[in-house]
Amino acid sequence: MVTKHLSRIYTALIFVFLYAPIVVLIIFSFNDSKSRGNWNGFTIKWYIELFKNKEILRSLYYTLIIAITSSLVSTIMGTFAAIGIYDMKGFTKKFALNLNYLPVLNPDIVTAVSFMVLFKMAKLELGIITIILAHITFCTPYVILSVLPKLKQMNKHLAEAALDLGATPFYAIRKVIIPQIMPGIVTGALLAFTLSIDDFVISFFTAGKGVSNLSIMIYSMARRGINPVINALSTLMFLTLMGLLLIIYKRSEKEEEKAIEK
Amino acid sequence: MAKVHTIDLINLSKKFGEDLVLDNMNLYIRQNEFLTLLGPSGCGKTTTLRIIGGFENPTEGKVVFEGNDITGLPPYLRQINTVFQRYALFPHLNVFENIAFGLKIKKKSNEEIKKKVTQMLELVNLAGFEKRNIESLSGGQQQRIAIARALVNEPKVLLLDEPLGALDLKLRKEMQIELKKMQQSVGITFIYVTHDQEEALTMSDTVVVMDKGKIQQIGTPIDIYNEPQNRFVAQFIGESNILDGIMEKDFKVWFLSKEFICVDKGFDKDEKVDVVIRPEDVEIVEEDKAQLMGIVKNVLFKGVHYEMEVQTNDYTWKIHSTIMKDAGSYVGLRIVPDNIHVMRKEK
Ligand SMILES: Nc1ncnc2c1ncn2[C@@H]1O[C@H](COP(=O)(O)OP(=O)(O)OP(=O)(O)O)[C@@H](O)[C@H]1O
Ligand SMILES: [Mg+2]
Repeated sequence: MVTKHLSRIYTALIFVFLYAPIVVLIIFSFNDSKSRGNWNGFTIKWYIELFKNKEILRSLYYTLIIAITSSLVSTIMGTFAAIGIYDMKGFTKKFALNLNYLPVLNPDIVTAVSFMVLFKMAKLELGIITIILAHITFCTPYVILSVLPKLKQMNKHLAEAALDLGATPFYAIRKVIIPQIMPGIVTGALLAFTLSIDDFVISFFTAGKGVSNLSIMIYSMARRGINPVINALSTLMFLTLMGLLLIIYKRSEKEEEKAIEK
Repeated sequence: MAKVHTIDLINLSKKFGEDLVLDNMNLYIRQNEFLTLLGPSGCGKTTTLRIIGGFENPTEGKVVFEGNDITGLPPYLRQINTVFQRYALFPHLNVFENIAFGLKIKKKSNEEIKKKVTQMLELVNLAGFEKRNIESLSGGQQQRIAIARALVNEPKVLLLDEPLGALDLKLRKEMQIELKKMQQSVGITFIYVTHDQEEALTMSDTVVVMDKGKIQQIGTPIDIYNEPQNRFVAQFIGESNILDGIMEKDFKVWFLSKEFICVDKGFDKDEKVDVVIRPEDVEIVEEDKAQLMGIVKNVLFKGVHYEMEVQTNDYTWKIHSTIMKDAGSYVGLRIVPDNIHVMRKEK
């Protein structure tokens, strides 16, 4: 009895510990006071101010442009790469798979610095283009990882059946393989979109001076001093990312159930 | 000039890594022929079919189609269609779209596509199924759609890889008859793969018996059944009694320490041979007419006949007979010369 209560309390404590910062953040984004220390009543004025702030709106615009472009491109590249890897055999396949894992496991800061060095070396001026290139690159492996399982689940004779009926390999990919692996592609695209919005470190190192997305914006505002608008902005970002992750999680759960049914 | 064959396989070999899966295969297939590749699991039937379809390249040798070398040509450029082992219908398309897939690629007009798909569905006895979802169909129905999807392209050759393997016995028998009818009515060369010898014998014009990547015998079902060329074919096709014998001279063979008259000749003197006798060719007779005497070890009733095992001196005979004998009874056996098949031993 006692141990059961203890373990409950322990679990509760862990959750408090984990979620306290975010809860405090959300509560104080509705606080009618400039200071963080005391509660002065409920307000949504920080949110209204947020949407009047030109700088913030511009970085929201950048964030969306970057996320949409990079998730679109990385989804296309990742899907074709996954089909290519699926078609490989033996050692080359293993090699390609491991090569794909490496960027996923690499610490963000290392990836970020390498991008910066690479772009400097290539004499590319840091700006929106470089940030998009970097995002495409780090999102692609995740797309590959969400598409590959769908390819493995597919009846491997479907592509052959299409070729048999006169389809060129490209037509077979378009009309048979892609419709079959569509759920994996959509999940991959959502994941890429989420990761792009979520990213700070790589964006920070590849953005240059003129461009800032929301995460860079929050960072520079926070450096200038405490500001309740940051709370409101962070709350909105948190909820958006939470929502996206929830959708991705639900989708993969559904797919797993389907796979088990078969 | 002699009429060209629809397909010639010339010195075909296939290796997967170090495994020799097809060993120097030579085979021709004529127009409108129903040819079956028959053999145990792993003997290379599917591999042969995949090489003809263009899904696999031979390590050595050529595939010739109507006189033209097509080795290395991709599948979509071959006038050959395939019915895959597990059908491989497109699950995201309905019945109509599945069958229309090849016609759309050939850019046929919508009316023509519609007409042909309807005709095909009639041919496979599924008229009115156009809008149905693939997953809502039974195994037998999916099977027919797979055949319709291939046949609608009017291929010169249709490849079928164990198309009835997943069906239950009754449906299988029905589909065997239907398939044979279809083949005769559309006049297309069928290359059919099965490991079921009964299926091969009932449906084919020509049977190719394979084992370990080698062709063991090519012939009509009757030839293959009645005149197996070696021990493997005899054992694989139907049940057999196979005995070691010695060919004393023409028309005289010695086995089970006894001399028998046979119809075979042209062997070396005292050549060691395999003697094959089918279970239904061993007659049960009275002692005075018998060539051998034995004791019935067990009897099974099989509907039309009884299956028994009869022990003689050195051999247990498999016998199918309409005469019922109790286990333990003493019986006489006789084999007429026509039913004794003498074969050269494998080297
Ligand atoms: N892609 C491959 N890689 C390696 N070995 C293979 C490959 N495909 C087939 N084999 C091997 O080749 C041999 C012949 O296979 P095949 O599929 O042609 O046999 P089969 O006669 O069709 O048998 P079954 O009746 O079981 O379908 C088998 O030993 C198999 O393991
Ligand atoms: Mg096979």
